[in-house]
Amino acid sequence: MITDDVVAELREIAARYPQPRSGLLPMLHLVQSHEGYISADGMAACGDVLGITPAEVKAVASFYSMYKHHPVGDYLVGVCTNTLCAVMGGDAILERLKDHLEVGTDPHGEGSTTADGKITLEHIECNAACDYAPVVMVNWEFLDNQTPESAVQFVDDLRSGREVSSTRGPKICTWRQAERVLAGFDDGLADEGPSAGPASLVGLEIARQNGWAAPAASGASDGVPSA
Amino acid sequence: MPDTLTPVLTANWADERSWTLDAYTRRGGYAALDKAFAMSPDDVIELVKASGLRGRGGAGFPTGTKWSFIPQDNPRPKYLVVNADESEPGTCKDIPMMMATPHTLIEGVIIASYAIRSHTAFIYVRGEVLHVIRRLQNAVREAYAAGHLGQNIHGTGYDLDLVVHAGAGAYICGEETALLDSLEGYRGQPRLRPPFPAVAGLYASPTVVNNAESIASVPSIVNNGAAWFASMGTESEKGKSAGFGIFSLSGHVKRPGQYEAPLGITLRELIDLAGGIREGHELKFWTPGGSSTPIFTAAQLDTPLDFESVAAAGSMLGTRALQIFDDTTCVVRAVLRWTEFYAHESCGKCTPCREGTGWMVQVLQHLEAGTGREQDLALLLDQCDNILGKAFCALGDGATSPVTSSIQYFRAEYLAHLTNGGCPFDPAASTLFGAVPA
Repeated sequence: MITDDVVAELREIAARYPQPRSGLLPMLHLVQSHEGYISADGMAACGDVLGITPAEVKAVASFYSMYKHHPVGDYLVGVCTNTLCAVMGGDAILERLKDHLEVGTDPHGEGSTTADGKITLEHIECNAACDYAPVVMVNWEFLDNQTPESAVQFVDDLRSGREVSSTRGPKICTWRQAERVLAGFDDGLADEGPSAGPASLVGLEIARQNGWAAPAASGASDGVPSA
Repeated sequence: MPDTLTPVLTANWADERSWTLDAYTRRGGYAALDKAFAMSPDDVIELVKASGLRGRGGAGFPTGTKWSFIPQDNPRPKYLVVNADESEPGTCKDIPMMMATPHTLIEGVIIASYAIRSHTAFIYVRGEVLHVIRRLQNAVREAYAAGHLGQNIHGTGYDLDLVVHAGAGAYICGEETALLDSLEGYRGQPRLRPPFPAVAGLYASPTVVNNAESIASVPSIVNNGAAWFASMGTESEKGKSAGFGIFSLSGHVKRPGQYEAPLGITLRELIDLAGGIREGHELKFWTPGGSSTPIFTAAQLDTPLDFESVAAAGSMLGTRALQIFDDTTCVVRAVLRWTEFYAHESCGKCTPCREGTGWMVQVLQHLEAGTGREQDLALLLDQCDNILGKAFCALGDGATSPVTSSIQYFRAEYLAHLTNGGCPFDPAASTLFGAVPA
C-alpha cells in the first residue's frame, strides 16, 4: 500500500537531486520494495510527487528490465545466459532450475514464479562478473562459480528458509529489502562480506609473488607509488 | 621498462576491510586531494592532460582534454557524472573496484569535480549490483563525515555534493547521452550529438561523463605525477596509450580474473600468467574489449593490447574485457547469443538498430539450427552494412562486430552447420562441469 509514509519517502528521494524528476528511477525501486512490483498506485504516487502524468511514469517504468509489472517472489533468481556464462554452464543451470522449480513458461517475459511465491526465475544479461562464470544473481547479490547442483541446492535452501549467503556479500535479504537499498535507504550491511573474491585478486597475488609493482614515483619518499 | 603487472588501482584490494575510510586513509588515501587543492583547477586539468590518460570505458578519448572542453564562461552549473553502468559483455573491472575500494573512486570524483568547477557530482551505477551499491553509499557517507565531501572541503571553501544513483537495468545507459537521459528520469535513449555533453549535458548544462576506472586513476596521477603515469604504456607514430589498466580475463583459462598491467601487454603474456588455456584444449577465439569489439583468434596473441595496435589489427581495445573461448565452443552459438543480447538491449530509437538486430537474430537462428542457406552469410553482412554507422549511438555498430568478424575468421564453421544439419558441437563440452546428467 502507498501510505503517507511511502509518499514522504518518495519526496525525500526526489529532494536528493537538483531537479526532482531525476529521482524517478530510485522512486520506482522504492515502489517495488513496498508493493512487490510496479503497481498502478505506485506509478500514480510517483507522478503526483513529480507533477507528471501516470503515462509519463509508465513510459519510464516499462523501459527498464529491473522493474517488474507482476508480483515478484521473495527471491529473484537470475541466471546469466549471455555468451560467456552460457557457454561455461549458464544454459545448463537455467534448464536445470526451470525443471527443478517447475516454472517452464515466462508469460510476461519478466521471469516466472513458483507456486509457493518464493522464487521468481529469469535469465539475465551480463552482470559484470565474467571471471566468476557461470554466475547466478539472487536479489542482485552475486552467487559466483555455480553448477546446476549448487544452484538447485541454494534455491532449495531459500525455499525452506535456510540461510544463503552471497559469495561476495551478506546473507541474502528479500527482494523487497534489496529494492529499498537501491532506492538509497541504508540497511547497514555494507561491512558484510569480503573486499574481493578470489578471481579479483589473482593478478595482485601474481604480482606479489614476482615482486612486481608500478614504478616508483619520482620524488616519492618511500619509493612506493600511492593509489 | 615497467614490470609485467603494475597494481595501482588493485593494490589495496586484499587489504583488511579495504572498502572502509580507515583502511584507505592508512594507505595514504585522500592525500591526493590536498595536492590537487594546492593547484589551480586549470593546472589539475593540465596535469591529467600531460599524463596521457585516455578514457577507460571503451572509447579512449583523452580525459584531460574532455575536462578542458567544459566552457567555464557558461553561467550554468557544471556537473561530473561517473559512468559506472558496467554492462558490456565480458567487462568486469569497475564492479570489483567499487566493491573493494570505493574511496579511490570518490577521491577521483572530488579531484575531477574541482578541476572542472562542478559542485554536484553523480555516480551512475548499474542497479543489478546490490552490495557494490551498499559499499558506494556507505563510502560517500564516510567521506561526508570526514569532511572530504560537503561544504568547505578541507577548509578550502570548495563545496561538492555527491549522489550515488542506482540504474534499473538497461545496457544502453552505458552510452553517455542515454545515461544522462536516464539520470534525468527518462527512458535511457541516446541524444543526437552535437551538442556534446560538455556543452549541453545533464539538465542542458556543461557535463563531463567519465568511466569509473578513468576517474579512479586520477588520484594516482596527482600523487605520483604525469611522467610517472606516462612511463607505463606504449607510444608509436600512431599515438600514445599511456598508463596502466585493468585487464579482465574470463572464460576457458585456468585462472580467470583481474590483471592490472601497463597498456601494451599481450594476450599471450596474460594467458601465461593465467596458467594457460584449460587442460587439453587450445585457444579458438577471444574478444579484446568486450562483445562489441571484433573477435580475434590465435593469430593476434602477440598484438600489444593498446589502443593503436588493437585498432591496426582490426578491432578495438574497448574495456580490456578478454573473453577467452577454447576449441569446444561453437562460434555461431556465441555470436547468436550476443546478437540476441543486442536485439534485446536496442533502445528502439533508431530503426536500423531496432529492426536490424532482430533480423540478424532470425538469420543466425536458422544458421545455427542448420536450416539456413549459404546465401544467409551474405545477407548477414548486408544487414550489418545497413546498421553500421546508421544509428545515433554505437550499440548498433557494436552488434555488427561479432557477426562480421566471425564470418571473416570462421566462414567454414557457419557452413558446417548447414552440411551437418545443425550444430556440430556438444555444448556440454564447453561447460566447466562437463556433461550434465539427465
